[in-house]
Amino acid sequence: MAEPHLTVKNLVMYYRTVRGEVKAVDNVSFSLPRSKTVAIIGESGCGKSSLAKSIIKLLPRNVSVYKGVILFDGVDLMKMDEESFRRDIRWVKITYVPQAALNSLNPVIKIGEQMIEPLLLHFKMRKTEALERAAKALKTVGISEEFINHYPFELSGGMRQRVIIAMSMLTNPELMVLDEPTSSLDVLTQANIINLLKTIKRDLKLSMIFITHDVGLSSELADRVAVMYAGQIVEFASADEFYRNPKHPYSQKLMDSVPTLKTDKKLDFIPGSPPSLLNPPRGCRFAERCPYRFEKCKEPPPVINLSEEFYVRCWLYEKR
Amino acid sequence: MPLLDIIDLKKYFEVKRGIFGSKGYVKAVDGVSLSLERGESVSIVGESGCGKTTLGKTILRLYEPTDGKIVFDGKDITHLTWKELSWYRRETGLVQQDPSGALPSFMTVKRILEEPLIIHKVKDKEERRERIYKVLEQVKLTPVEDFLEKYPHMLSGGQQQRLVIARSIILRPKLIIADEPVSMLDASVRVEILKLLQNLQRDYRLSIIYITHDLSTTRYFSERICIMYAGHIVESAETRELLTNPLHPYTRALLNVIPDPDPSNRFIIREVPAGEPPNLLNPPPGCRFSPRCRNIMNGLCDVKEPPVVEVRKGHFVKCWLYV
Repeated sequence: MAEPHLTVKNLVMYYRTVRGEVKAVDNVSFSLPRSKTVAIIGESGCGKSSLAKSIIKLLPRNVSVYKGVILFDGVDLMKMDEESFRRDIRWVKITYVPQAALNSLNPVIKIGEQMIEPLLLHFKMRKTEALERAAKALKTVGISEEFINHYPFELSGGMRQRVIIAMSMLTNPELMVLDEPTSSLDVLTQANIINLLKTIKRDLKLSMIFITHDVGLSSELADRVAVMYAGQIVEFASADEFYRNPKHPYSQKLMDSVPTLKTDKKLDFIPGSPPSLLNPPRGCRFAERCPYRFEKCKEPPPVINLSEEFYVRCWLYEKR
Repeated sequence: MPLLDIIDLKKYFEVKRGIFGSKGYVKAVDGVSLSLERGESVSIVGESGCGKTTLGKTILRLYEPTDGKIVFDGKDITHLTWKELSWYRRETGLVQQDPSGALPSFMTVKRILEEPLIIHKVKDKEERRERIYKVLEQVKLTPVEDFLEKYPHMLSGGQQQRLVIARSIILRPKLIIADEPVSMLDASVRVEILKLLQNLQRDYRLSIIYITHDLSTTRYFSERICIMYAGHIVESAETRELLTNPLHPYTRALLNVIPDPDPSNRFIIREVPAGEPPNLLNPPPGCRFSPRCRNIMNGLCDVKEPPVVEVRKGHFVKCWLYV
């Protein structure tokens, strides 16, 4: 089997606040083959955005622990110094579309001028050449190139999101990290953006990390799914397996709470709320809310491999 | 007799353009008719800017209607003054999107719930206390003693929304308007809150207007769905009928793009109508969806406003295709 494009092994990122240490990313592992998409799903506060930021090393200032292995194309990014990471990886080979991207455009600078900044900085490109490239990128995302000379407020929400995506593609990246890229958009606009991402994935063979809280939406892009709960990945599975047959009790419960339009099912919810990341329980973090809880769940659950790459973190699957 | 009867309701907002102000009107709600029985729940579904929130607020008379009629419990309340509306305020409640913004941060749970009782002249202190206990039990913020002295920031998002709901029902209203009550909550909490509203509806014959952009939750919540587009209700029917038999091209487009979790979704490119909803300051002539509609009949749809047709019993659509 070909080597994965990205392999994250035992990634840890804690940060310190006045109330204590927040274990935002706690021993996370997953892998992603080239030109595939992994969806990271979970509820708010489960650490999915922190995971994304840890991968491109955009760390909070009060970070206290940051360790693990991030193999990208066979190179361990953790061992790379900040200078070469900034020069060769971030915004070059790996780009990041942040949450609330709609507000991340500068309102007083023309679209084209903002777009070419990474090109001028990273590639020392001439301005005219960079603008040409920006115009081309706009065309790929379905925006007429004349918008280069417009200001962000002249564009609708959906168009601004397209600009951001175009911007993140300018440097011909190999991996895109998308953090809730459609969360503030309307249904039809969202569908448009998802279509765009699907075409990018298909035609440009980009690898993607797609972070979302929306289980239905995640299935629009995901080849693999990682379910996050309280700072940990509790299940990592292929899309075909996950959406039809989720393994971890949390995944199952989460799936039960997703309303479906086309099929009938009984909706259910998970009583209680996730544990605080300041002081998570020693054993399984979901145990308190889990209908299958038993004695062993007081101990940290093992990672049970279901295949070479996929796993579930749960005592129920322990081989007896 | 329906509890609420809305006839051709309009709400326009005046805006001035330029320094010297040539006047224009944003036609946020432009001729909406709707009726609601006691104990019934209806969803109003539409994208942002379609006028659904304005419709809700106009029904509650937080806005003065521009035209049309609102009849509640047999009484015409369309143009009552603020003072005359006092009883109507007691009969209706509002649950908004952002619970933390809707709750005063400096008041305890007890104080937040006591306030409407004081305003509406429940003088007996003991009775106020009893009603606060009862309402907290209804929304399952129990044990009640644990919550009474807490401030909103000490509650989780779901608990805050329960408190907002408790406040909206403490005066025992007949009608609740829930405007995106769950869109800021996580999936599992969402279901919890919707189930709570549903139980209240059943147990107390509460009528609920559920305003949302999320078609998939309506299936589990309301008996009827109205689809709103650019200030008009373009289609309305019983929930199951509307979801299995959508008629309006806009409804069809919406249904077509909402994904149920399914691993085969990733191989499909979905058909999405081109363009954006119109500016309500200057909506297009004829059908407002016509510029984006794939079934447009030129010379008709883009010229003349379509009538509302009852295609099947109880299934109404505002579209020339069905005339």
